[in-house]
Amino acid sequence: MSGVRRIQGGFRNGPGDRLRTGRDTVPPLVIVGTGMAGYTLAREWRRLDDRTSLLMVTADNGDAYAKPMLSNALAQGRTPEALVTADAVRMAETLNATIRTHTEVEAIDVPGRRLILAGGEAVGYRQLVLAVGASPFRPPLEGDAVTEVLSVNSLEDYARFRERLTQVRQLVILGPGLIGSEFANDLVAAGWRVTVVGPDPWPVSTLLPEAVGRTLQQGLTAAGVEWRLGRLASSVQRAGEGFRVQLDDGEQLEADLVLSAVGLRPNVALAEAAGLKVARGIVVDRYLRTSAEDIYALGDCAEVEGLNLPFVMPLMQGARALAPTLAGTPTPVVYPPMPVVIKTPACPVAVAPPPRGAKGTWQVEAIEGGVRARFLAGDGRLLGFALAGAAVAEKQGLMRDLPPVLA
Amino acid sequence: MAKWQCTVCGFIYDEEKGLPDEGIPAGTRWEDVPEDWKCPECGASKADFEMVLVTA
Repeated sequence: MSGVRRIQGGFRNGPGDRLRTGRDTVPPLVIVGTGMAGYTLAREWRRLDDRTSLLMVTADNGDAYAKPMLSNALAQGRTPEALVTADAVRMAETLNATIRTHTEVEAIDVPGRRLILAGGEAVGYRQLVLAVGASPFRPPLEGDAVTEVLSVNSLEDYARFRERLTQVRQLVILGPGLIGSEFANDLVAAGWRVTVVGPDPWPVSTLLPEAVGRTLQQGLTAAGVEWRLGRLASSVQRAGEGFRVQLDDGEQLEADLVLSAVGLRPNVALAEAAGLKVARGIVVDRYLRTSAEDIYALGDCAEVEGLNLPFVMPLMQGARALAPTLAGTPTPVVYPPMPVVIKTPACPVAVAPPPRGAKGTWQVEAIEGGVRARFLAGDGRLLGFALAGAAVAEKQGLMRDLPPVLA
Repeated sequence: MAKWQCTVCGFIYDEEKGLPDEGIPAGTRWEDVPEDWKCPECGASKADFEMVLVTA
């Protein structure tokens, strides 16, 4: 099977192609990024093609780790090192791949079918996958300590954060979204003091209807989290050993450490500079094809039919479809109902947001120990739900009635 | 009865409780969970992402 695919590769006559048929003369599949998207794809694809060479390029050290666990490792007593499931050397062995670590990609030479690495080295590709993720959005802040504001979006960030934590007691988290709420819960559970600041009227307001957001807020408050909602931080100044966070209503908060969790922006710069179509993310179709031939995008950097969903489940679905596509069997991505679980043990939440622009209303019911909100269309069909506390147990049952996110 | 944690997302499978909603009765041991089972929270498959033993 893999022989057939290599011959298909040999038929291409782009400038980067080689016409000889020996194993090493066909350019490799190149994956940029060794996060969950890159490694999951590599694993799935290797299962279908054990012959074609694979090159992975990453700006970090290539450790494989479970990123969703960064926001709940503290209370579980896990060190950053313990979150590493395999280092780059072991991943390279497992995947029969070459993994270039600490290597930035300068540019994509689309007509030449080559990737230009930092330092000018050019690498040909048979197919190229961009799994370059998303980066924390930096809130506009004034003050002499803005560069001291941390964000955690990688294991390396997290290791730095954990090191700083050993010397601090009081944190301010900017951004009461999913990640900010998870970190707040993890920190208070492990004994730190946390105040969460943000313009949102209730936590995770982009995903949760008010009743569910308020329930989450109460749960976290009971666990010790303080809130300054409907307020924006305007500056972060040095103050003694720590920092002073100025809010737009005049209040000042003292903090030993400021963590920013205001959101992520897909990393589109590399794709955009190469002339690929980008919108919020790198624009791809159901086959995860970008606007350029044999270039694909997967995970947090990708916008699939208008949907940029920076969660694990969509990434897994994408990797499972893209692997056969790359191996010669074009396979469209299908998104089933994909509830997002918010890892806040003080008040667990599961949410399947209704499709953008869907017409309907939230029906909210309080139950013993929780709240259930269902988003119903005019004809009574279930289009989304948000569950908090004990109601989370209803997730599996409600999921069965939901339409797929992308059929 | 043991608990197993998904190394991808942190989901905990509790053998004692099983996942009755998914047709896995309470008391099902991890080794008896079907090979095509996927983590209900992140979609990681049983084969790809070993669950780690949390408590025995």
